[in-house]
Amino acid sequence: MADVTITIDGNKVTAPAGTLLIEVCKSIGTEVPAFCYYPGLSLQAACRMCLVEIEKMPKMQTACTVPISEGMVVHTTTDKVRQARKSTLEFLLGNHPLDCPVCDAGGECELQDMTFSYGAAESKFMEAKLHRDEQQWSPVVFFDRPRCILCYRCVRVCGEAMDVWALGVQNRGSASIIAPNEGDHLECEECGMCIDICPVGALTSGAYRYKTRPWEMKHVGTTCMHCGDGCKTTLGVRRHETGMQIVRGDNRDKSGINGDFLCIKGRYAFDVTHSDERLTQPLVRHEGRLTPATWEAALELVASTFKRIRDEHGGSAIGVIGSNRTTNEENYLLQKFARVVLGSNNIDHHRTADFPALAAALKNTQVRTAGMRDVFNAKTILLIGNNPTDQHPLLAWQIRNNVRLHKARLFVVNAQDIKLHRQATAFAQVPSGSEAFAAAFLAGNDSVGESVGGDARNALLAMRQALKGAEEAVVIFGSEIRGAQVKAAVNLASALNAKIACLGDYANSRGAADMGLYPDLLPGYAQTSSEIFTGHWGALPEQPGWNIEQMVNAARDGQLRALLCVGSNPVVRYNVDPFVLQKTFLVVNEMFMTETASLATVVLPAACAYEKSGTFTNTMGDLQVVKKAGDLAGTKPDFEIVIEIADRMGFDVRKLVSLGGGTRADMGQSRGAQTGEADRHAVWLEAQNLEPRMTPFDPAAVLDEIQRLVPGYGEASRLNVAAGNDEHTTALEAGQGSATSDPDLVVPSEDTLFTSGTLGRYSNTLHSVIESRRKVPADKKTPV
Amino acid sequence: MIPVSEQLDHFFTEKMKEYPTQRSFLVPMLLYAQDELGCLSNQAVEYIAGKAGLSQLEVRNVISYYSMLTTKPRGRFHVQVCTNICCQLRGAEDLFEHCKQRLGIGHKGVTSDEQFSLEEVECIGACSWAPAAQVNYDFHENLTPEKMDQVLDEYRSR
Amino acid sequence: MADLVSHPDEVKVVSQRFGKGAAAMDRYLELDGYKAVQKALASGPEWIINEMKASNLRGRGGAGFPTGMKWSFVPKESAKPKYVLCNGDESEPGTCKDRLILEHDPHAVIEGVMIAALAVGAKTGFIYIRGEYRYLVDIMRKAIAEAYARGFLGKNIFGSGVDLDVRWHTGAGAYEVGEESALMESLEGKRGIPRIRPPFPAVVGLWGGPTVINNVETLASVPHVILGGGEWYAKLGTPKNGGTRLFCLSGHVQKPGVYELPLGYNLRKMIDDVGGGIWKGHKLKAVVPGGSSVPILKADEIDLAMDFDTLMKAGTFLGSGGVIVLDDHTCIVKFCLRTTKFYQHESCGWCIPCREGTDWMKKTLVRFHAGGGIKRDIDNLNYLAENMLGRTFCPLGDAAAMPVIGMIKKFREEFEAHLEGRPCPFEEHGAAVEQLPVLA
Repeated sequence: MADVTITIDGNKVTAPAGTLLIEVCKSIGTEVPAFCYYPGLSLQAACRMCLVEIEKMPKMQTACTVPISEGMVVHTTTDKVRQARKSTLEFLLGNHPLDCPVCDAGGECELQDMTFSYGAAESKFMEAKLHRDEQQWSPVVFFDRPRCILCYRCVRVCGEAMDVWALGVQNRGSASIIAPNEGDHLECEECGMCIDICPVGALTSGAYRYKTRPWEMKHVGTTCMHCGDGCKTTLGVRRHETGMQIVRGDNRDKSGINGDFLCIKGRYAFDVTHSDERLTQPLVRHEGRLTPATWEAALELVASTFKRIRDEHGGSAIGVIGSNRTTNEENYLLQKFARVVLGSNNIDHHRTADFPALAAALKNTQVRTAGMRDVFNAKTILLIGNNPTDQHPLLAWQIRNNVRLHKARLFVVNAQDIKLHRQATAFAQVPSGSEAFAAAFLAGNDSVGESVGGDARNALLAMRQALKGAEEAVVIFGSEIRGAQVKAAVNLASALNAKIACLGDYANSRGAADMGLYPDLLPGYAQTSSEIFTGHWGALPEQPGWNIEQMVNAARDGQLRALLCVGSNPVVRYNVDPFVLQKTFLVVNEMFMTETASLATVVLPAACAYEKSGTFTNTMGDLQVVKKAGDLAGTKPDFEIVIEIADRMGFDVRKLVSLGGGTRADMGQSRGAQTGEADRHAVWLEAQNLEPRMTPFDPAAVLDEIQRLVPGYGEASRLNVAAGNDEHTTALEAGQGSATSDPDLVVPSEDTLFTSGTLGRYSNTLHSVIESRRKVPADKKTPV
Repeated sequence: MIPVSEQLDHFFTEKMKEYPTQRSFLVPMLLYAQDELGCLSNQAVEYIAGKAGLSQLEVRNVISYYSMLTTKPRGRFHVQVCTNICCQLRGAEDLFEHCKQRLGIGHKGVTSDEQFSLEEVECIGACSWAPAAQVNYDFHENLTPEKMDQVLDEYRSR
Repeated sequence: MADLVSHPDEVKVVSQRFGKGAAAMDRYLELDGYKAVQKALASGPEWIINEMKASNLRGRGGAGFPTGMKWSFVPKESAKPKYVLCNGDESEPGTCKDRLILEHDPHAVIEGVMIAALAVGAKTGFIYIRGEYRYLVDIMRKAIAEAYARGFLGKNIFGSGVDLDVRWHTGAGAYEVGEESALMESLEGKRGIPRIRPPFPAVVGLWGGPTVINNVETLASVPHVILGGGEWYAKLGTPKNGGTRLFCLSGHVQKPGVYELPLGYNLRKMIDDVGGGIWKGHKLKAVVPGGSSVPILKADEIDLAMDFDTLMKAGTFLGSGGVIVLDDHTCIVKFCLRTTKFYQHESCGWCIPCREGTDWMKKTLVRFHAGGGIKRDIDNLNYLAENMLGRTFCPLGDAAAMPVIGMIKKFREEFEAHLEGRPCPFEEHGAAVEQLPVLA
């Protein structure tokens, strides 16, 4: 809309006509307080905190509902306005309990802040306050009614933004109350958005309540370690006897690709970090039993055994299985270690999507990959396969809210009637397995129409019509489409002039693929003979190595003599017969005694993603920083473990971590950030008039190499990533783009909102939610 | 099994056609269902939620807003004494007190034989004929305690 | 049901068919029924709106907005269907006039809705009747059915080629639903929470379509304006206050009842003459002249012409036509408490000042009237009310605040007489302490 000029407290401001006055005020730094107003949610005008005077209007107006128009003259600091704010707070504090000293919100409570800024010191209220006991609505949601100021943010975020509609308003007048959908409890997605958005301490989190005071925490902005969407999460950390413990997860500052969104896993499933079952000591099998050992002894055993086997039987007798949850730097390092130190191409990981096939299909096309931000801004979204509500909660949020706020058109093709159908302009239910045919049909290939069946064909035909001329489109497909079929999705994206995305399941599944955890692909989907890497690393094993299945078979045959398994549970994922690995020297880096770890010869207790530094690439290719938040004594990051093994094998680790090779490395430290060690080191260096140098344990040096060698990563701004922002990477379309020969090894995690692979099994919160659902029989779900 | 009579269900279905949205007839539907069932039981809520295309939560949100709607059973004869200002000026408080004594129950109480329930209500639109009361939907106006006794006796004998 | 009264000063326009059995179609037709709508059909929307403007008919719900002007705000072209909504959610304490109209002359309401629909180009009208008025819902249902049976409603009404539907709807107990935007919410099957305005209903109303909302009495007056002409109607009242209005006399008068008097009728005369003076030989103490929400007038302030403008000048409002008369045996504090208790009960709870303010005032007044008051309470009550006034989401906050401000201003000495444990001077044994509300 055309710009108009208005006057706020004597200052002229120009903004588009129709912009809400409260936003215009905010844009020039004029604070207009509000409880009920929340950007992106429907307007309420209920709290009356934002009343301002507008000339020529007899009554004060709520700045949150007034669209600006030319010549408006606004006053926000008059006595009348000040008195209105003060009295509104007085009204609220009449019934609001003053239990701030024990309230979770104390210290970061909007009511507290506003009372401090605008409130009255004098208390006029003499009557008995309304009281009701606190209620537990779910394992994670508690409700303290007297504290509730009825701003309806929770109701709206649950309904409008989450499309769950589990909260309502009941009764009226002073008896009004926020009510959960099942009478005395909630049945919902347990995202915790209601708690997060609550301006006071009315909704509190089962995971955090009464644990700490806000000012006793340090806050670390990092990337969530669960699904492949890569939400930015701010972890609240406080000192604990075993190191630094994470006590809260949220993203209240709305930074990052997810704004303030987090799902249950991002918000609560950090609790795996302080699970009682965490491994904190290396274990070595001794007379058939895993027995505690020192790090030195365990690492020495691993290094010497790897060295012996390599020297006696060649590198091909050793295999490496990498992780979907370790950082890019660790993944890169791990495959480099396998290829350069062990001399083996036997490297693989649990694949949840066929990224190499997409890289190959994108070769020689104009199609580009979409980032997570594109999904929120695209005008048309075509979703083929997957169920983002369960498997990609942020993606679902982006889609839902793009449709709601920007009126984007969503087209869904799925074998199931998924929840996003509700937002869809059109939905086509196709037989399972025919998703690629549907994509081809939508791209104009009539010959595959038979493969999807009559009804679906008609629905797809209508969809094809509706998609014609679509602008700013994004095509997103799940792991249903893989191998050569991916070409159909790319052709469709090409026909629609759309960007494309492929959905993998874990926090760094995409990073694992981009970093070359494949027996036949180097980083950036380069072939094993790629000169980019041989030029820097020297000669590499040329023949593709064994994939996971082949490694298992080789172990059975006695050909695979050693296997290093990092943060992965192939025994469960690929249903491996435990006896097959009996003869193999199995080293497992793990947080927990998983099915795979329990078969190991050596178990090395690993730090998790919240306990180390590096980067993750989400499934859409967005590169984000991983920062150390928690700290658990006894564990080491996989990065350090691999370096130590290489070192003990007699390898010059400077060839592994190319110190000095880069010019862009920052001074991020992998360890000690919490304890102040890094800071003290920096201060000492400066005092000695020395330049800081990186240690071989610094992942930033590897990121340097990644940016130099892996196509599509070089353009990412390090500064931006380090600052906690996302940078879209393009390894899929920028490089040589080769397919792997084994698309059948793609095994989707089939995670729900309340599971997170092997890791999720160690989350008490996820467990308690699953258990609480189990306990309530279906016929008892309504209140009596 | 629907909890209300087939006639009522049919009436709802027909009446709903007069509105552009499925939920529009919700408030009357709740009131008429309550008239037939005595109160809005869980089954009634479930039935009406289905009828109106809403979640049960949303139906409960609406029920709890309207003071005539209730999820708790009332007596066969629901005695509603207005004590708002115009009635108050002409003796409604004494009248309400009298009803309490007479029925042996208080505000929102139900007699043990479930014949009567009592409620002190806000203005029922009988200000010029005060004090007034409603028994179910019947108006009784210009009341005195004596006249109220007659009214109650009359219902009791029904 | 309710007793009818009469007085020689009455000018019976909207009440002319009361007591004449006009709820029955044939009788209504004998009494000039459905003539106005046919005249309106023949004359066209522009003519109707001009007549309405000329009539100076102002909304009888309480706000007194000129009806013709309201109708003219509805856009001619609209992508969404337009509606007419008749507000029969009469619930302002002191007001019981719409009840009589709906009982004695339901077809006039239907006809008024039809004319409004013709004027603004709506195809559907709704008549919303409060839940407590079930017998009136039944009367209205029958009247509408008869109108359909005669071809007055439905397709091609009166052979004019125009299609027009009028539907009935009922509430379930909520004063707030009388507020026009809350009424629309309720009709759409929701909690009666008012809407943010602008947009106003004339532009975005029911289901997003332009909507005219008028009170029952307003719409029932419309056929008379159409038949008698706007000019004729205007002359019945005072300048800018056209016509007559139903005044509901209640409280301590000898002859309470609903009387139709010309606008501008003297209030003192209304009480002394029409109402037969104060009952039991008592003296007049005060009058609430326009339903419970308007500021109170003292006995010596009532030499006033009862029209919208005069009362506003006198610091109060004509409101809904409920004239509540208090004799000198009445305790103002108790009256204030009961008024406040009502608004506390009816606050929808949406906005903070109304939800908390009504509750706080009520709690204070309960304690105060029971003898537990302190001097600061009086100022605090006034402070609370002043801070609700003009700041709430909808007019209910003002409605709750104005009576309190008015009563403290005019009867402060009576509040002071309750102070420091002194029993209420009007009660024999002092007031009983009421139980605090138990949360639902």
